[in-house]
Amino acid sequence: MDGVGVQSWVILSAILFVLGLFCVLTRRNALGILMGIELVLNAASLNVVALAHYASLGRDGQLFAIFVIMLAAAEAAIGLAIVLGIYQSFETIDVDATDRLRG
Amino acid sequence: MNPHLVATPAAWVALVPLLPLSGAIVLGLGGAWLQHRVGPRAVSAIACGTVAAAFLLALRALATLIGLPPDDRLLVATLWPWLEVGGLAVDVALGVDPLSAVMILVVTGVGGLIHGYAIGYMHGERGLWRFFAFLNLFTFAMLILVMAENLLLLFLGWEGVGFCSWALIGFWYREPANAVAGNKAFIVNRIGDLGFVLGLVLLFWTFADAGVPTLAFRLMEPRADVLQGAQLWGMPVATLATVLLFLGATGKSAQIPLYVWLPDAMAGPTPVSALIHAATMVTAGVYMIARLHWLFALAPFTLHLIAAVGLATAFLAATLALVETDIKKVLAYSTVSQLGYMMLAMGVGAWGAGIFHLVTHAFFKAGLFLAAGSVMHALGGEQDMRRMGGLWAALPHTAVTCLVATLAIVGTPCFAGFFSKDAILWAAFSSRYGHPLLWAGGTVVAGLTAFYMVRQFVLVFLGTSRSDADARQHLHESPAVMTVPLWILAVGAVVAGYLGVPPVLGESLGVPHVLEGWFAPLFGGHAAPAGAGESHGAHAELELGLMIASVTVAAGGALLAWLMYGARRIAPERVSDALAGLPYRVLRHRYWVDEVYAAVFVRGTVSLARVLTWVDTQVIDRLVDGAATVVRGAAVLGRSIDDWLVDPAVNAVADATWAVGRAARHVQTGAVTSYLYGVLLGMLGGVLLWWSWAAAR
Repeated sequence: MDGVGVQSWVILSAILFVLGLFCVLTRRNALGILMGIELVLNAASLNVVALAHYASLGRDGQLFAIFVIMLAAAEAAIGLAIVLGIYQSFETIDVDATDRLRG
Repeated sequence: MNPHLVATPAAWVALVPLLPLSGAIVLGLGGAWLQHRVGPRAVSAIACGTVAAAFLLALRALATLIGLPPDDRLLVATLWPWLEVGGLAVDVALGVDPLSAVMILVVTGVGGLIHGYAIGYMHGERGLWRFFAFLNLFTFAMLILVMAENLLLLFLGWEGVGFCSWALIGFWYREPANAVAGNKAFIVNRIGDLGFVLGLVLLFWTFADAGVPTLAFRLMEPRADVLQGAQLWGMPVATLATVLLFLGATGKSAQIPLYVWLPDAMAGPTPVSALIHAATMVTAGVYMIARLHWLFALAPFTLHLIAAVGLATAFLAATLALVETDIKKVLAYSTVSQLGYMMLAMGVGAWGAGIFHLVTHAFFKAGLFLAAGSVMHALGGEQDMRRMGGLWAALPHTAVTCLVATLAIVGTPCFAGFFSKDAILWAAFSSRYGHPLLWAGGTVVAGLTAFYMVRQFVLVFLGTSRSDADARQHLHESPAVMTVPLWILAVGAVVAGYLGVPPVLGESLGVPHVLEGWFAPLFGGHAAPAGAGESHGAHAELELGLMIASVTVAAGGALLAWLMYGARRIAPERVSDALAGLPYRVLRHRYWVDEVYAAVFVRGTVSLARVLTWVDTQVIDRLVDGAATVVRGAAVLGRSIDDWLVDPAVNAVADATWAVGRAARHVQTGAVTSYLYGVLLGMLGGVLLWWSWAAAR
């Protein structure tokens, strides 16, 4: 790890974040959006762990990462439940088709 | 009174009034159910049982008192603090001292007998439970009155008996006359109560000013000295307060000028007349004066007033009884007259003699009323003595007991009335406050009493029957439940007298004056001892002479009545004709007192009400109407402001909100992707903002 600088980790996480964001914004499939969110969260976790390591903050960054993973798990469970609910109501999981809450 | 009196705590004496109260509560709440489901016997049993138990407790209290040293005879049950306002602390405290012991024995004893009698008299009555509930409540209130340890609690009982009296006089309220009689009794009593309240407040005020803020008798009496020299509006406070309290007593004890309610109160059932309007409630005024004797003793003027009013009442009522033809109203006027005697005793400072007469009177007058009730029962409710006569054979028990009671009230030697009446007459003659004229007046009243009582007895029981054949067929002696109380009262009407055998008669026979010794610790300091410190022999001769004189006058009255109504030697009509008919007419119209009161007070009140009505409709209503018109004009103005200013403003706010909402709703597309672009844009904007902020630093 020592050979690799903090910039590399930040760039990696930025790439991951952008990929996740792209996925979230472009997918019409609800499951795709959930996957994109996972990527965004992982990018954030990576960022936190890396920065904590180089700032010599001990295990704080890893603790935060574990929190984020737990959060992601909970989010995935709820998100999938919502997707199932949407499917039962609309027979589709295309998010553009489910606009009943339009103002 | 002994200033260092040691009171014995005895919480159980509180049960004496609480037992009848429990009976009243049970019967008042569940009496109707009980009577229909279990039967009238259960109702009677509860009512009589509680009073009988109270009587037994009263006997126990008497026995306990006798066991105490004479100077410390006081049992006190302090239940709870009632009021604590400013410096005034009033406890709900009940006490039994020699005076209240006598009173509770009379109330529960005679009252219990009347309860028992009422079982027979009120047989078959639909509202029996209501009757007995009120009778029990009355007993409770009367016991509170006589056992109260302070003036405020006494007043509570005072008002309580007034209320029960109202409820029981109007017991048969479907008859409008009865309801009116009840109202009259209550309203007339209120006038007296006003005096009582003012007297109470004045007393408290004076005592509180002197640093003794209390209404408890045992605390006030040793500090009676604070009344010395106290003045209000140039009058001694003691005189003013006692006159006001005496006004209360004239209401409750049916004295001039407030006696008019008692004859009308005969509208109630006869047991009520016997219990309330003869034996107990009407004696409340006498009791109150005896209870506050140390206060009245400070006001000689009031004592003279009481003696004068008492004698005048005794005389006036006795004359009214002479021509009355209603069997109960004769007894009513007789009661007023005998209460006048008791007041006379109070007025001459003979507290013990007055209470003695109260006790004997309770026996013989209750007996007379119950006998009258028994006669009415036998004749199907007939009250007119002109349609009676010759009932001796048909109603032997009633007749004999009534004869005993009549002899007692007339003052026949050896009967109770003789001893008590004689005690009063002797005190009226010899006491510090007495006067031979008072004695003479009392003796004349004794003659009148003998006349009207013998007249009544002869008209009812002797001669030939004047009732119609139908009534004669249904004649029957009353059941045992009614005659047994009559007999007990008849025995009491003889025996009670031996509690107070005057020394002039008793000394040679070794019979002591029981009541005098009994009351000595209480009244000893204030009672004017008859002939104290003077030669005994001369006084004894004088006393005997006066006694013989009054008995002779009474015998004369009785003889005259016998000649007029029994032997028919003198036709009553000839007597009234010989007097030009005028005195008879005056008496038949009861001195027009009711008419005068109606003209002066009732019509005065009505006229005042008319004037006030005029003021009300012409002045106050106009003012109110004017005010209403102004308010209405203001309201119209306010409404137009509301319509033209406030409402458009409120509507404009609402419209604006609505329009904004209508425009803004399009932001919510429902498409998740557009929201996400929103999030992204917001985030980028945030980052840009942060950068520009960081650059500015």
